[in-house]
Amino acid sequence: MDLVLTEEETMLQQAAKDFVTSRSPVSRVKKTFEKREGYSPELWKEMAKLGWLGLTIGEKSGGAGLGHRYLGLVLEELGKGLVPEPVVSTLLLGAFAIESGGSDAAKSEHLPAIAAGETIVALAHQERRARWALAAVDATADPSAGGYVLRGEKVHVMDGTLADFFVVSARASDGVALLLVPATAKGVRADAESRIDGRSCATVRLDAVTVSRDARLDAPESGLGLLERVVDAGTIGLSAEMLGGMSAAFAMTLEHLKTRVQFGVPIGSFQALQHRAARLYVETQLARSAVMYAGRVQDGLDLTASVARAASVAKAKCSDAFVRIAHEAVQLHGGIGMTEEHDIGLYLKRARVLEMTFGDATYHRDRFARIEGF
Amino acid sequence: MADLDDFREATRRWLTASAPPSMRTPARTSDDLCWGGKKTTYPLETQRWLELNVERGWTAPTWPREYGGGGLTHPEAKVLAEEMATLSLRAPLFGFGLAMIGPLLLQEGSEALKKEHLPPIVRGQVRWCQGYSEPGAGSDLASLQTKAVREDDVYVLNGSKIWTSYAEKADWMFILVRTDPGAKKQDGITFLLMDMETPGVTVRPIRLISGASPFCETFLTEARVPTANVVGEENRGWAIARALLAHERTMIGDIFKERGDAGKLVTAAREHLGGDAGKIADGVLRNRIAALEIEQACLDLTMQRSRDGARAGHNPGHESSIFKLVGTELNQERRDLHCAILGPEALGWDGDGYDAEDLKATKDWLRSRGNSIEGGTSEIQLNIIAKRVLALPGA
Repeated sequence: MDLVLTEEETMLQQAAKDFVTSRSPVSRVKKTFEKREGYSPELWKEMAKLGWLGLTIGEKSGGAGLGHRYLGLVLEELGKGLVPEPVVSTLLLGAFAIESGGSDAAKSEHLPAIAAGETIVALAHQERRARWALAAVDATADPSAGGYVLRGEKVHVMDGTLADFFVVSARASDGVALLLVPATAKGVRADAESRIDGRSCATVRLDAVTVSRDARLDAPESGLGLLERVVDAGTIGLSAEMLGGMSAAFAMTLEHLKTRVQFGVPIGSFQALQHRAARLYVETQLARSAVMYAGRVQDGLDLTASVARAASVAKAKCSDAFVRIAHEAVQLHGGIGMTEEHDIGLYLKRARVLEMTFGDATYHRDRFARIEGF
Repeated sequence: MADLDDFREATRRWLTASAPPSMRTPARTSDDLCWGGKKTTYPLETQRWLELNVERGWTAPTWPREYGGGGLTHPEAKVLAEEMATLSLRAPLFGFGLAMIGPLLLQEGSEALKKEHLPPIVRGQVRWCQGYSEPGAGSDLASLQTKAVREDDVYVLNGSKIWTSYAEKADWMFILVRTDPGAKKQDGITFLLMDMETPGVTVRPIRLISGASPFCETFLTEARVPTANVVGEENRGWAIARALLAHERTMIGDIFKERGDAGKLVTAAREHLGGDAGKIADGVLRNRIAALEIEQACLDLTMQRSRDGARAGHNPGHESSIFKLVGTELNQERRDLHCAILGPEALGWDGDGYDAEDLKATKDWLRSRGNSIEGGTSEIQLNIIAKRVLALPGA
């Protein structure tokens, strides 16, 4: 496995860069946040036309089957621009869960629709006061005639106000099960959670929701095992997005250091600030390696490597690095960095949200230690 | 690809058949490694392992065969390194010859210098040391004052060098000297190769806070060095010195990692903090160990990314400064963390009252404080990143 971009990967990266610059500058993103619109159906369709929504979906199911490392490059660029379209939820959590555990009927119903930009999926797995414990599932899936009845509450559901379907974790008689639930099903209610980053998030309540037997996503392992794999795929994708976010925040800060004049010189000529900038640059480089590696391991380019371990290394590193860079970015911008008018604050807020999604650095260090056997 | 698979198969077979048993265990200290040279005698198996590799040129796998190297392509060399790692084999030869002056001569040396110096390096016959720093020239290396005055076909050297690693065991030194005292400080420096047997060269070891003496001071009194030993041109040595520093930084960033011994902190933690074969009982120290190993993984992957990029034809930037900065800080954290795990057992200096492994851990911690000073301080590396990578304005 080589940690160097292929020509094909570089081309995709450039296309994503161009898309963000021309179609989704930060000014557009700010408007979406202010109006709490969540996303743009028009841009979502464009992403589908570019083939991005099928990058990780197999060719049999209407995708391109290229792999997670390709989507990671797109996510990095989207992260640079804080682009809010629900790519991680729909592809890495939704489509990945369906492709890994869905019946043939479910796959052919949903995957081509996802690749075409017609269906948005969100993962509803987290419960109140459970932090990031995947096994903390109080929601229930009781057997009923021909299927299950779901009851419970899920919180912090990323892109939950946009979703057409939810992948829900619930406790069945034989353990934790993952079930695909239409947002329009009777008894499903998604209430918006207003968060610091202005992105879509919801509390989802399930009040005696009836689903058919087919709604259950079955994998060779347990439902909990499948959930862990799904969250790992999402974690690796989020890490790529975080890499983009921290790179953009750093680039803005570097530009500020070169142009802001005090005491008659650019403040970037002061060694105290130069050394801080150099430290932050090093963080971006270490994070980049971890993200690149994780994407390749997820795609099976090194079968001896553990996906879970690679995901935890990447998320621990990106969580620490992004928050540190965002904190320093505000400090190095000075007073202007505290204003709503300036964009750097958006990166700070996004850094905190992504840090706290799928486990912060401490959580992933604990998980890394468990995987390594200490 | 099939050729590479055949190469892997053949390499594995040869390594398995050839490596002596003691070469299949990780080196505990730098004294366990083979540095070559005329002044040191190595254990029989170490010497045998060296000779077997020399026959194939595998002490310097990618160097051209005409200089005694292995002539391997980079993909082949990577396979060799992977197979060595899989079998936990020690490299047959280490040192400044292979890691620093050799690569530099391949880049910048005249044909005559290559022919004279590369084969003895590959064969482990000559051990090299580095004459850079002086008592008055540390981070500001270009202000060095060791004088070299030309008399016909020799330079007459007067001055002193400090922090010359293992100078008392070295056979040759690559040395920076001032040949034009009138020029701007970077412009009057020449890069020379000097035999340590030259009359007028004396060496005094320096004792460190760890009790060890890996460094020396080297005094030069009317030492006569042939002008034929100049690398590059007279007064143009600074650019060459800097090119070599990049090789040095990469080596230092990588060298401190205890390969094949990653479980050491975990073992110590279980022993001193409890938690038998399972989870380490102290959650804070456990989290610190995980943080260290994650950061180490990120650095290793960054070094791999740089190597893979170079193979794909990307120009190397200044990554060696990142490797040096992060690699040394990780080693310091590793040693510091080991002391934290040992608690009061980390305070022993010598004697039977303390476990030998624990004494070593304490000495290693003391020694590690120098890692962020030697080979260009961390602050110098940050300057390099700020100026050459980030293009921040001059201070």
